Amino acid sequence: MSDVIIQGTTTAHGHDAHGGHHGHEHHEQHFITKYIFSQDHKVIGKQFLITGIIWAIIGALMSVFFRLQLGFPNETFPIMEKFLGEWAKGGKLNPEFYYALVTMHGTILVFFVLTAGLSGTFANLLIPLQIGARDMASPFMNMLSYWFFFISSVFMFVSLFIQTGPASGGWTTYPPLSALKEASMGSGLGMDLWLISMALFVVSSLLGGLNYISTILNMRTKGMTMTRMPLTIWALFFTAVLGVLSFPVLFSGFVLLIFDRNFGTSFYLSEIFIGGKALPHIGGSAILYQHLFWFLGHPEVYIIMLPGMGMASEVLSNHSRKPIFGYTAMILSLIGITVLAFVVWAHHMFVTGMSPFLGSIFVLLTLLIAVPSAVKVFNWLTTMWKGNIRFTVPMMFAIGFVSLFISGGLTGLFLGNSALDIHLHDTYFVVAHFHIVMGVSAFFGMFAGIYHWFPKMFGRFMNNTLGYIHFFITLAGAYLIFWPMHYEGIAGMPRRYYDYSAWESFKNFESLNSFISIAAILVFFAQLIFVVNFFVSIFRGRKVMVQNPWGSPTLEWTTPINPGHGNWEGDIPEVYRWPYDYKDDGNGNDFIPQTTPLKADEHDGGH
Amino acid sequence: MMLVFVIIYQIAKASEYATILRGEEKINARVNRTMAWLLVAFFFLGLYGIFMCHQALIDRMLPISASEHGVEYDSMFLVTLVVTGIVFFITQTALFWFAYRYQASQKRTAFFYAHNNRLEIVWTTIPAIAMAVLVAIGLRNWGRMTGAAPKDAMVVEVVGKQFNWIIRYPGKDGALGKRDFRKINDANNVLGLDWNDKDNMDDVIAQNGELHLVVNKPVSLLIGSRDVIHDVGLPHFRMKMDAVPGIVTTIWFTPTITTAKMKEITGNKDFVYEISCDQMCGKGHYSMRGTVIVETQAEYDAWMAKQQTYYASANPAPAATPAEGAAPEQKTDSVKAITMK
Repeated sequence: MSDVIIQGTTTAHGHDAHGGHHGHEHHEQHFITKYIFSQDHKVIGKQFLITGIIWAIIGALMSVFFRLQLGFPNETFPIMEKFLGEWAKGGKLNPEFYYALVTMHGTILVFFVLTAGLSGTFANLLIPLQIGARDMASPFMNMLSYWFFFISSVFMFVSLFIQTGPASGGWTTYPPLSALKEASMGSGLGMDLWLISMALFVVSSLLGGLNYISTILNMRTKGMTMTRMPLTIWALFFTAVLGVLSFPVLFSGFVLLIFDRNFGTSFYLSEIFIGGKALPHIGGSAILYQHLFWFLGHPEVYIIMLPGMGMASEVLSNHSRKPIFGYTAMILSLIGITVLAFVVWAHHMFVTGMSPFLGSIFVLLTLLIAVPSAVKVFNWLTTMWKGNIRFTVPMMFAIGFVSLFISGGLTGLFLGNSALDIHLHDTYFVVAHFHIVMGVSAFFGMFAGIYHWFPKMFGRFMNNTLGYIHFFITLAGAYLIFWPMHYEGIAGMPRRYYDYSAWESFKNFESLNSFISIAAILVFFAQLIFVVNFFVSIFRGRKVMVQNPWGSPTLEWTTPINPGHGNWEGDIPEVYRWPYDYKDDGNGNDFIPQTTPLKADEHDGGH
Repeated sequence: MMLVFVIIYQIAKASEYATILRGEEKINARVNRTMAWLLVAFFFLGLYGIFMCHQALIDRMLPISASEHGVEYDSMFLVTLVVTGIVFFITQTALFWFAYRYQASQKRTAFFYAHNNRLEIVWTTIPAIAMAVLVAIGLRNWGRMTGAAPKDAMVVEVVGKQFNWIIRYPGKDGALGKRDFRKINDANNVLGLDWNDKDNMDDVIAQNGELHLVVNKPVSLLIGSRDVIHDVGLPHFRMKMDAVPGIVTTIWFTPTITTAKMKEITGNKDFVYEISCDQMCGKGHYSMRGTVIVETQAEYDAWMAKQQTYYASANPAPAATPAEGAAPEQKTDSVKAITMK
């Protein structure tokens, strides 16, 4: 592992741990190469995280605006006019902009926060640190991955301010709605910017993913066999595999859409009369786009879930002071989920007119994916069983993750069964399901990760009291918002409606909608507690005084408190045992680091 | 706003420093106990909340299913709910119970328990069996509801456009005539009917999105779209199908309760079956509303007798007499007809 290319280890950093943190160590590297165009995986990880946090605030604020409309359709909110100007004239949201907000909320949260912000952050931070590498396989490509994400973000952000508004056809942007300027205002320039931004996003994701995979496969330190890798790394590995194999398909779908929009092709268009005239397109299939979209779209759900699963496994084990239960079963279930993730996409399309026979195949495969998911839940529970649990903030979020994953996962059994989906499809039941499981639950995995590895990222702790407040408000709030939504969905209430008051069947949920909106707004403000805690703690948080504050056997805690570029000051440590050896080391510690050689009578860990 | 956060942060920070001063070990043990209790409290409050939520919302749910297969739908829903409910209760209880029961204690050390293959096999097999049962029920129902419509089913075409539904009835000959999107004209040919096709001459078009159905008579809907993708959502009949430009999709069902009867059942004199558009179709998506009137055969016949053919209402010239005994072959606006099986 000595042939790893690095840019000069900043050894000064390690000794500097107790010193001031306001200076940016100009004597070592220029500010720009160190923090802006950095090739250090840890800095790139932080760049992804902070960009993700900014996007999360924007995306969540959008949900506040459209929840105000949904909860109080008859009121006006002058403050919205301040933020949105013409789009909320007189404090009343314009329907076109309502749809733009819904679309952007989805796009931002799914792609920019829970894909780039989540795996971008933790794959970058944890892969080299936990496998014992000085950096990624290609630090330069890694830097490009962030900057493609940044440019993609700029395009998406700019689209919010153009005259015709951003894309407004839903985050799935189904043609013909998204293909025809006549069909919707957001299908003009806003949609072009959306497609450009997403194309760049795919490039970013591929650059990152290829790097993660090659790093994990090639750059593990001596003794770090695949089966001695922490589950975080296994999860991030399969996340990258999913992304690399499915994002190109999405890209091709987008290219065809760009052609249909601008060059007169008919891939997705056929027999359309709009804007007072019949269009010349014949023979295309609107459903083709949905196949291409969901071929990524469904693996995307697991791209979002797997990092959280990996981190929750790590955090649950560490703070229960117990090895993860069923390490091998956990890896096998990850493999099962990854393989099945590629063959379930059409369960989003049961009611598109797709052949019912094809539908039944997808029912079978979809419900099959519940098996590895259930195995994971049982293993997490057994990991906590007979543990010695420390309720640190990351542990609280990991417990919340499991609770939400159960709740949101079980409702998937309704939607994956086409005979039930035929009524629930595109209702609030779907909204409730995916928000709990891949929205809030994935966020909880992310929060667990942030609170757990913040000391590694910044050499300081986040504030615990604020962390606990953040946890309880968010957990209770998530259930208060999304639990009742299932009822609305069972009653057939369609999603993506601007106003329900004209509907005899749905208007009786008006007071419930107000309740949900109030809860959503409270939860939004609770997230600002996190944001403040995060940014203030970077500079003012309690300092980490010991190298391994959580008592964890994994490699990242063998680096200095503030590791420089290159991570370890001397040689990269060698690994002798699996990452979950939570047993008496004979010196009063309840764990044995991976770097401790096996004793003569000892055999390696849990397998 | 910022100020509030700064103040909260300072207080929180002060409490943390106080913790350190008073001896970290001891306070951490207290925090740990408090958190364990709070999690248990959260669990019980959550259960109570679920109960309260159910009480508050149960009256606002849909009335009993108004279609034959909808009854099967509801029973399958209940089975799935019971299965998932049991799993939900067991796993959540275990989660919060373990959290409370195994909170950190000086007296105990964690039990080193890395794996147990028998347990893994057990909890792989049990979910697999449960899934197999749910899949079996699902596919049986799915096969029934997507199978071929009965021969005697009435046929109605439902076409979506931004932002309303257009309903076409085949008229006396029982056959829908051919239409072509290039012949569409909002003034006098909203569906682009081909007037060279005699089957079109007696077709009736309702532009107000009112779908009249006969109680206990199966109906097969041919669904299309003029512009973007829409979706015919029929919550009271537990049915849904996309309306996709360029292809024809179909569903069939048998309405079992008349609108009048449903008004009695729900005690709501304004009750009406609604067709909701369930696929985002643009700025007016939320207002794309149709209605279904389920009535007796006699009422339906009386209503139909009052309807003018579309040809007559759209053209000043008198309508031609429809051909006698034409084979009821349904023609639609598509190069590809996707039928349900």
